[in-house]
Amino acid sequence: MLRILQFLYSLRSFLLFVILEVVAVWMIVANNSPQGAAFFNSSNALTGSVLQTQSDVVDFFSLADANQKLTEQNAALLEALNQLKPVSDSVTFELDSAFEATFEFRSARVISQTVRFAQNHITLNKGAKDGVKEGMGIFNQEGVVGRIKTVSENFSVGISLLNTGLLISSKIKATDVFGSINWDGGNANEAKMLYVPRHVTAQVGDTIVSSGFNAVFPEGIPIGTILSIEPGSDQNYHDIKVKLSADFSKINYVYLVENTQLPELDSLHQEAEVINEY
Amino acid sequence: MNIRTFITYFLLGLVLICVQILLLKNLALFGVAMCFLYLLAILSLPVTIDHVPLILISFGMGLTVDIFYDTIGIHAAAATFIGFLRPYWLKVISPTGGYTDSSEPDLKEMGMGWYFTYAMPMLFAFSLVFFLIDQWGTGGFFQVLNKSFFSSILTFVLAILVQLLFFKRRRGI
Repeated sequence: MLRILQFLYSLRSFLLFVILEVVAVWMIVANNSPQGAAFFNSSNALTGSVLQTQSDVVDFFSLADANQKLTEQNAALLEALNQLKPVSDSVTFELDSAFEATFEFRSARVISQTVRFAQNHITLNKGAKDGVKEGMGIFNQEGVVGRIKTVSENFSVGISLLNTGLLISSKIKATDVFGSINWDGGNANEAKMLYVPRHVTAQVGDTIVSSGFNAVFPEGIPIGTILSIEPGSDQNYHDIKVKLSADFSKINYVYLVENTQLPELDSLHQEAEVINEY
Repeated sequence: MNIRTFITYFLLGLVLICVQILLLKNLALFGVAMCFLYLLAILSLPVTIDHVPLILISFGMGLTVDIFYDTIGIHAAAATFIGFLRPYWLKVISPTGGYTDSSEPDLKEMGMGWYFTYAMPMLFAFSLVFFLIDQWGTGGFFQVLNKSFFSSILTFVLAILVQLLFFKRRRGI
């Protein structure tokens, strides 16, 4: 017995090394499922406040740019609002409440973000206190940015679109053909559009927007434009590269969207045993 | 190790971690070269430090950086790996006559040539483990090698600069 203990003691550094590596790998695996709960991430109070302070300082230098973009969007929204106003010499009628908007929007600021890994995340300065929930969509005026993964009291962490684990249901705007956007871990400006059948004709430059099928994003939020179409290695599908419209290197302010009918839709899908693709 | 050197190393680690998470987090030269400057703290610990505390310190530092990077476990796994590797590597490249009791593996004391053979393979090992885990399952081993190579070079250059600028010629005496 003493021999065994002595033997183990002589190996102590190697054993400690193995144990710590196993712990690290366990943490990597346990925290990487796209919808998995995360404990040690930047949405907890201490790291969140450090990152917020850092971002406060850094963001100061990009205020002018952010302001200009917000102003541009305000102008576009005002124009859209103007078109929606009832014309004074015509009759309008109220729609049934079932047709009312099922999407609610919120805004948030990005306080930390990565683009250099295969699994990228973004941290936002709004949390459960401000009504942020898991599974909400994140986008900005340029296009889709990601999805909320975990929420704490004051902060939340989202999976960036630049994350190999995230699929966004999308469609080609011109032809209404559906597919899924997925990032392949390479260039931060490009993603792939999967599951577009070979018989479909698409053109370089076509706009890709969210489809509204996975009910996270409303229909029509821009994602990108087609960069190239090639007959891929798969016999059934095109190999489509998409240039992302959001510039992930400078995202400051984002919008969060929540589908208020998502729980109902989810339970219906579960009952019908339909696997809804996220 | 007396209390003074302990505090010196503690402060060094703290400062390097702060620099890492506040300044170097989003730095990536040409999209391939990232900088892991906090490893300088692990590399600069005294030669005589025991293996067990060395591994624990490496794991702790890796985990701290991980929490801010949102890459839980990746830095910790890679840092633990080089913490484990360090004593063996030091033994392999020990200068003629061995190390003295107060030896510190840094640039001022050991010279440029020795420091290059010491730090470069360690940084490369770290980067290799780091990018392998990060890109796991998404293919592209060439990309991993590419990133590791340039990241270790960038980290090495910055580590040299930091030592030239901030390390005193002889600590303590």
